Amino acid sequence: MSMWRRFFDFISSMKLAIACLAAATVLVFAGTLAQVHFGTHVVQERYFQSMLIWWPTESHGFRIPVFPGGHLLGAVLLVNLLAAHLRRFRLNLRNTGMHLIHGGLIIMLAGGLFTDLFSVESQLQIAPGETKNYSEDARFVELVIVDQRNSDADRVTAIPEARLRRGGTVNLSGLPFQVVIQHYYENSQIQMLDKAETNAGRAADHGVGAQVSVREIPRATSVDGVDLKSAVIQLVPTAEGGVAATGSLGTWLVSEGLGATQTFSCAGGPWRLEMRPVRYYKPYSITLQKFTHENYPGTDIPKNFASQITLIDPSHSVNRDVLIYMNHPLRYAGETYYQSGFGKDDQTSILQVVHNPSFVAPYIACVVIGFGMLIQFCYHFVGFTRRTNVTRAK
Amino acid sequence: MKRYFPWVVILLVVVSLASSWRMPKTAPGEFDFKKFGEIPVLAAGRLKPLDTVARNALVILRGRQTLRLENGQTLTATHWLADVLFNAPAADQYPAFAINNPEVLGLFGWQQGDRKYFSFDELAPFLEKIDGQGQQAGEIESAQRSPYQTAIYNLRNALVVYQQLKRSVRPEDAQDFSAEVEAYGKLIPIAMEATRKGDKADPSEKEKLGMFDKLTQRYQSLAETSSIQPVPPLDAAARQRGEWLSIGASLVGTGGVNPTAKAYAAMGDAYRANKPDVFNGEVNALASAMAAQEPVATGRASFEFLFNHIAPFYQSMQLYVLVFLLVCGSWLGWSRSLNRTAIYVTLIALAIHTFGLAARMYLQGRPPVTNLYSSAIFIGWGTVIIGLFLERMFRDGIGLACASVIGFITLIIAHHLAGSGDTLEMLRAVLDTNIWLATHVVSITIGYSAMFLAGMLAMLYVIRGVLTRSLTRESAQALARMTYGVICFATLFSFVGTVLGGIWADQSWGRFWGWDPKENGALLIVLWCAIILHARWGGYIRQRGLMVLALFGNVVTSFSWFGVNMLGVGLHSYGFMDKAFPWLMGFVGSQLALMAMAAIPLSRWRSRLTE
Repeated sequence: MSMWRRFFDFISSMKLAIACLAAATVLVFAGTLAQVHFGTHVVQERYFQSMLIWWPTESHGFRIPVFPGGHLLGAVLLVNLLAAHLRRFRLNLRNTGMHLIHGGLIIMLAGGLFTDLFSVESQLQIAPGETKNYSEDARFVELVIVDQRNSDADRVTAIPEARLRRGGTVNLSGLPFQVVIQHYYENSQIQMLDKAETNAGRAADHGVGAQVSVREIPRATSVDGVDLKSAVIQLVPTAEGGVAATGSLGTWLVSEGLGATQTFSCAGGPWRLEMRPVRYYKPYSITLQKFTHENYPGTDIPKNFASQITLIDPSHSVNRDVLIYMNHPLRYAGETYYQSGFGKDDQTSILQVVHNPSFVAPYIACVVIGFGMLIQFCYHFVGFTRRTNVTRAK
Repeated sequence: MKRYFPWVVILLVVVSLASSWRMPKTAPGEFDFKKFGEIPVLAAGRLKPLDTVARNALVILRGRQTLRLENGQTLTATHWLADVLFNAPAADQYPAFAINNPEVLGLFGWQQGDRKYFSFDELAPFLEKIDGQGQQAGEIESAQRSPYQTAIYNLRNALVVYQQLKRSVRPEDAQDFSAEVEAYGKLIPIAMEATRKGDKADPSEKEKLGMFDKLTQRYQSLAETSSIQPVPPLDAAARQRGEWLSIGASLVGTGGVNPTAKAYAAMGDAYRANKPDVFNGEVNALASAMAAQEPVATGRASFEFLFNHIAPFYQSMQLYVLVFLLVCGSWLGWSRSLNRTAIYVTLIALAIHTFGLAARMYLQGRPPVTNLYSSAIFIGWGTVIIGLFLERMFRDGIGLACASVIGFITLIIAHHLAGSGDTLEMLRAVLDTNIWLATHVVSITIGYSAMFLAGMLAMLYVIRGVLTRSLTRESAQALARMTYGVICFATLFSFVGTVLGGIWADQSWGRFWGWDPKENGALLIVLWCAIILHARWGGYIRQRGLMVLALFGNVVTSFSWFGVNMLGVGLHSYGFMDKAFPWLMGFVGSQLALMAMAAIPLSRWRSRLTE
C-alpha cells in the first residue's frame, strides 16, 4: 500500500473522527470551567479560536503547546468528514440519511470556521435624538490623531492596537511628524502624581501625562474585568521629503482612562490626540428616535427593550423607521443590529452590531441535517421495532 | 386473587387520590381561608392567588408550605398570611424563620439546640446586625459565599420578605383601618379645596389639610414597603397594562378611595377583632366584586389555588415509588399480575404528572419548560413516556423501573429547586418568546430525559450483571438494544435542540454560537452521543463498552443540566445552587464507581456473560 493510500485511510478513518470528538469533548469541558476565572472572551480566544493551547497561558517567554485548540480540531474534523465522504459515498436509501447529516455537518463546521475568521462584532451606543454612522468595539482601542487645521473638515489618522503593541516608530504619510511608541500598556493604572503611593515619575512631559503617573498592572482576568490600555508616545517632526528633523515635540500619555482629549499644535495649527475604542464607519446613518425599557409591573424584571430608529442611506435612497426589539433585529447592508441592552439611567440604547458574511451557513446546515436525521431515524426505528417483534415472537 | 390484584390496587390508589383532592370545608364560625386564598393579587409581576403568595413566602422563610406552631398545631399558608397581613403582633410570635447555621445562631449569642425555627419577635433585637451582615454577604458573588454567608444572606432576605408582607395592606399600628380610610376619603375634597385656596384657606381647612398630608405620608410609606399589589386599577388604560396597585399607592394620588382598598381594610379589621362571620362576608363580597371586574384573573387564581391544593407533582412522586415497588415485586414472583398493576399505576401517575404540567402551562401561558424547576419536571415526564414505550416493546419491567426511578428523582430535585419562591416567575425579556421556548428548550430537555434513561439502563445492566445471576444473555442483549435505541433518540433531540438554540441565539444575540457555558453543556451531550454512536458503528465498543459510555453520559448530562449553572457565568446562568453541588459530585462519583465496576473482567461477574 502506498504512503498516500495509508495517509488517506488514516485521514478518512472513523478512529480519527472519534479521537477528534473525544478531544473536542475535553476541550469544551476545560474551556467551560476556565470561563469561571477568565471570562468568556479570553477563553474563546485561547481555547476555541486557536490552533493550539499553550502552557503557561500568561507567559510571553517559554511555553509549550499542551492541547489542540478549537480551530485545529475543527479543521481536522472537517478534513476527516470530507475524506470519509469521498471514500464511503454510495448512493442508496440506507445511507442517504447519514450522508445528509454529515454533509450538513460539513457546512456547519466550515461556516463556523468562516464566522470565526471573518465576522466582526461591535456595539452602537446611542442616545435619543443622536445620529451615528459608526459602531465601536470596546475590546480594542485605536490611537487617533486628528488634524484640525482645516476648519471645514477634520482629517483623522488612526493607529490600530496591534500596531501600538509592536512599538517602534510609526511613519504616517501626509503628517508632519512621526509617532514613536515609547511604551504600550496592556493594562495600566493611572494616578495623580500627588496621590501616587510610589515615587513614580510623571508619565509624559506634555498634556495630562505631566500630572499623572502610569504603571503596568496584570491583565484583568475576572469575568467583567476590563483592561485599561495606555501608551506613552513621542511625536518627532519630519522635514519635507521624509528626512527626520532634529528635536521632538514632546511625549504624551494616551489612554482610554483619560476623560478629556488632548490637543497640541504643530505645523501651524491645532491637532487632537485620543485613545478610543476602535470604530467602524458605515455608509449610512442611524438616528435613535425613542428607546423604551419596560419592566413587569411592580418588579425589576425586564419585560421588553425596544429602539425606534431611523435608518438613512442616501446612496440607496433609504430613509425609513425601524423598530429593533428583543429577538427582532434589523438586518441591513450585510450587518445585523440587535437590541442588546441599555446604559445611563435607561436612556441610552445599546445595539450589538454583527457583520457575519456566513450567517446563513448554520440555517442551510440545519435544514440538511434535520432532513437527514429524519430519514435515518425513521429507517432505523422501523428496523428496531421489527427486530423487537421478531424476538418476542420467538 | 392474582386476577383481581391490579384492580384492588388501582381502586385503593384512586380512592386515596380522590380523598386528597377534596377541598377542605370551612365550618360555621371559622374564618374562610379557602375563599380568602383564592383572591388574586399582583406579586412579582404575576397575577396569582393569595394562597400562592403565602406558600412562596413560607418556603422562603422556612422551606415548607405550612407552619407548625410550638403547641403542635399546624397552620395552613393562607391562615399564616392572614395573620401577617392583618394581625402582625400575632404573626410576630410564630416560629416562622428556619435557622440551621450554628454560626448565625452564634451571632445572636445562641447555642445550637433542638430548636430550628424562630419567631420574628426573637429576631427583632438583632435586625440591624442581620441587615449589616447580610448586606456584606450580598456583595460577594453567590458562588463564593461561605455557608455562614449564604445563611445570613438568606435570613436577611427572609426578613425582608416578611416585613414587606407585614406592611403591605395596612399600617402595623392601625386599629380601625376602615374608619381611618373612610375619614381619609372625606378629607380628600377638602384638602384639594384648601390647596386651591392656598393662604386664603380658613384655619379649620388648614388643619384638615395638615391631617390629610400626614395620612398621605403614612400611605406613601405603606406603598413603598408593600410587596403585593392587590388593587385592580379603575383606570381602563392602566388595567389594560395590568398595572395593579398596592393598597398604599391606591390611596395616594388617585383622588378617591378604591373600593378594593376599602374591602381589604374592612377584612383586616374583622380579622383583627376575631369576627369570622364579618370577615367571611367581606371576603365573599370582595371575591364577587373581583370576579365581576377581573373575570380572567379570578378564574386563573382559583384554578391556581386548586393546583396548589392538589400538589400534583407530590402525588405523582408517591405513585412512582409505588410503581418501583410493584416492578421489583414482579421480578420476584407473581410477575404478570404485578407488572400489569405497575403499568396501570404508572399511567395514573403519568396522568397526574401531565395534569400538573398542563396546569403550569395554562397558568403561565407558556411552553412547559421556562426555568430549571420546570426542566426537572419535564425531564421526569419525558422519561416516563419513553420508559412506557420501552415497556410496551420489551415487557420485562425494565422500562417501568427506570421510568419510575427517574420520575421520582427528578420530582425530588424539582421540589428542592422550588426553595427560592415562585416557580411560575416571569420571564426576562430575552426569553419572552414562546416559539423558541417550545422548540429549543423542549428538545434539549427531551434529550436530557433520554440520556438519563440510557444511563439508568446501563446502571441496571452493570448492577444486575456484577452482583446478581439474573442477567442472562438474552436480557443483556435486550438491555443493550434498549440503551442503543434510547441513545439514538437522545442524539436526535439533543442535536436538534442545540441547533435550534444556535438559531435562537443568532436571532437575539447576533451569533449562532457564543461558547456560553450552557451552550457548551448542550454541545458536550451531542459530542458524547456522537462518540458513543461512532464507536459502536466502528466496532470499537460492544455491549459492555456501550454501557460504560452510557454511564458516563449521565455525568455529561448532569454537568450540562446543573453543573454549568453552578459556574455562575454566562447568559443562561439562572442562580447558583450551592446546596446541589455535593449532590452533583456524589452522583458523578457514583457513576464513575459503576463504570469501574463494569470494568471488572467478565469472569468475575456473577452473571455468566460472554462478549
